Amino acid sequence: MSEKKVTNWTSADDAMVENALRRGASRRDLLRMFMMGGIGAVAGGSILGRASAALAATPVSGGHLRAAGWSSSTADTLDPAAASLTTDYVRCCAYYNRLTILDEHGQLQMELAESIESDDAVVWTVKLKSGVTFHNGKTLTADDVVFSLQRHSDPAVGSKVATIAKQIAEVKAENPTTVRITLAAANADLPTILAMHHFMIVAEGTTDFSKGNGTGAFVSQEFQPGVRSVGVRNENYFKPQKAHLESFEYFGISDDNARVNAVLSGDIDFGATIKPQYTRIAEGQPGVVLSKTTSGNYTNLNMRLDLSPGDKAGFVEGMKYLLNRELIQRSALRGLAEIANDQPISPISAFHNAELKPREYDPERAKSLFDKAGLLGQRIEVVTSDAAGSATDMAMILQQAGSEIGMNLDIQRVPSDGYWSNYWLKAPVHFGNINPRPTPDILFSLLYASDAPWNESRYQSEKFDSMLLEARGELEFARRKEIYDEMQVMISNEAGTAIPLYLSNVDIHSAKLHGLRPSPLGGQMGYAFAEYVWLDA
Amino acid sequence: MNSQVLSLIAGRVGVALVTLLIVSFIVFAATEMLPGDVAQVLLGQAATPEAVAGLREAMHLDQPAIMRFLNWLGGLLHGDLGHSYTNRMAVAELIAARLENTLKLAAITTSVAVPVALAFGILTAIWRGSLFDRAISTLVVGVISVPEFMVATLAVLVFAVWLGWLPALSFGGSTQGIWDILRAYAMPVITLTFVVSAQMIRMTRAAVIETMKSPYVEMALLKGASRSRMVLRHALPNAIGPIVNAMALSLSYLLGGVIIVETIFNYPGVAKLMVDAVATRDLPLIQGCAMIFCLGYLLLITIADVVAILSNPRLRH
Repeated sequence: MSEKKVTNWTSADDAMVENALRRGASRRDLLRMFMMGGIGAVAGGSILGRASAALAATPVSGGHLRAAGWSSSTADTLDPAAASLTTDYVRCCAYYNRLTILDEHGQLQMELAESIESDDAVVWTVKLKSGVTFHNGKTLTADDVVFSLQRHSDPAVGSKVATIAKQIAEVKAENPTTVRITLAAANADLPTILAMHHFMIVAEGTTDFSKGNGTGAFVSQEFQPGVRSVGVRNENYFKPQKAHLESFEYFGISDDNARVNAVLSGDIDFGATIKPQYTRIAEGQPGVVLSKTTSGNYTNLNMRLDLSPGDKAGFVEGMKYLLNRELIQRSALRGLAEIANDQPISPISAFHNAELKPREYDPERAKSLFDKAGLLGQRIEVVTSDAAGSATDMAMILQQAGSEIGMNLDIQRVPSDGYWSNYWLKAPVHFGNINPRPTPDILFSLLYASDAPWNESRYQSEKFDSMLLEARGELEFARRKEIYDEMQVMISNEAGTAIPLYLSNVDIHSAKLHGLRPSPLGGQMGYAFAEYVWLDA
Repeated sequence: MNSQVLSLIAGRVGVALVTLLIVSFIVFAATEMLPGDVAQVLLGQAATPEAVAGLREAMHLDQPAIMRFLNWLGGLLHGDLGHSYTNRMAVAELIAARLENTLKLAAITTSVAVPVALAFGILTAIWRGSLFDRAISTLVVGVISVPEFMVATLAVLVFAVWLGWLPALSFGGSTQGIWDILRAYAMPVITLTFVVSAQMIRMTRAAVIETMKSPYVEMALLKGASRSRMVLRHALPNAIGPIVNAMALSLSYLLGGVIIVETIFNYPGVAKLMVDAVATRDLPLIQGCAMIFCLGYLLLITIADVVAILSNPRLRH
């Protein structure tokens, strides 16, 4: 076996081979490619076998999938409105459906809705598909949709999207298959917003969510918060293509090492979200595959513009130049990231402004900016925590760069527990972490508008606020793109938030698992993988 | 004589109950001091002030702390542990399922670790200074010094990943057949046995050696008793008190201290439940778990005390 073992093979190489195969490269072309890369023909052959098998496979029905997420606790829930962790999203995607859904290219598709239409982006008409039933046999009607959407405004529900749902002024059932949604103000993004996990449709009047009674591809059979959940295939699923798997078990293994080991030993078939440090252990192991997705999740450095030192002109800009993005990408993240340009809309979005180039690492320029601001040599506290992925590694690289130009950055590493309520948004200079959001409007209203609840750097701009409103009501794509492009430039230059990189998500799974495709919505195929994957017998 | 023993035991139990009450208060006070509350944790990053206030009100968290504590204590007297803040399930129900798993793991570990520890402890005492004694003692010190996450991770790497003999994960109770159960429990039990028996071996050895220095053992030796008879018949009965105490201390660890083993082997026990509860500021659940740990600890210590009293007539005075 040893001569077949490839030691320096990375997931990037895997992607290269698969890409080449898709483009129609022959076996001979690939072997030449391997030889050039220094990998022997024998090893090349074994990798090739792996990659082409992955492409040729056809779905197999049946089997029991054991999969593990990275986190699970007694706070686990089957209530989509309250879902907060990826493990919750995975369960909700298996048991429920949404009105709309974003596909793997980020394009909007209808799921429970037949159509969603509006003339003015204020009043929307939702037509529902017919013949959809809940797991308990009840037929889906407009009343269920009304109930599901209205729940978010009840504080006792503790909805994670209460602020987004606030713009829904009225939801009414016109007839059993038609719902009319009236917004407080025009928003052309409503169909995309309804594709968020929290807007899954539950049966009218549901208060007990432990049964997971939805319309989804799996029926909940067992749910023990913090222990595990088991779902079996829904034979009455409304989509013609039912789930391939017979049953689906999901639980959390919080220890990264244990999660990787469980896949390596074959105890589980799928492990979600492994840290970049662990990819080397898994690469080159027989029977194990790494699946990489970059979806707009990022760790950022926030400098509050209303507090010292962020209020001094030049400090924020200097810090943006002091971030060695390439070094962070290469060393801290082992290449599992894409360099970003200090604004939150990732390259996979149609609205990403590709003209806006990332700042180069320029310590001399940073030095002169700090000098002008009178900050050179002063002790500046930077708060970091493991709560924000890779933030501590980034902080160390930043500190090193600072010390080389005489900038004394004092890194304060604080515990993960309580980080989001005690330090995030509060400390003058601190790290944060933002999960992908489906539209620029949500990102901007949540993070950059003057009244944004999570305005991380206290960025205030009337011009920005009015552009946000204008774009929100605009139904024409080209005009919206133009506005969003300019807003990205504004944020990149003016806001106190540095976004050095978009992080990649890496999942690890057994080679027996097929059908898993990278999704721009996040790892685990946007958390919806259970419905689409299959296992070799 | 008997009533004297009974009153001593009653006194121990009384002290245990007062300790429980104090612990419940301390746990309550400590959780009050934790930053953030359950409403904030539940809403996570999405917590806006209005959302937090609304959820707090809906969960009756706006009542003063002392009221909530007294309510909880009142419920406890009726055998009601309250409901979890995070998932609204009964705390008793949540704990019961996990406690069963924890007790199962603790029982199996005890049945392996205690005989092993006793045997090695006594043997090293008998052959004190021999090569066997020195080898075991060095090994034991080594094991004490290696953190258990290391032992567990190495065990997984060797037995699950490289050799493929044992499963890397252990789901308490979800396996069928004695063979599966043995396989599932093997690695957690081996890891825990390493951790708890090392302490017990050292304590047993020390206690037996200590009693062997006493004059009556020397007398037995002078009267021609064999070395093993001297240890087993004369020294050991008088060393039972300290040995049982050391065991109680080591075994109490199996209730709440096994968080690392539970995490690495994904074992659904009560320690992980408590950690979850702290992370989510789920007060009723934290208190429920703390009371269980405290109860288990006190129970073991009390049993050890009673055994010590019964085994040593001098302690009865």
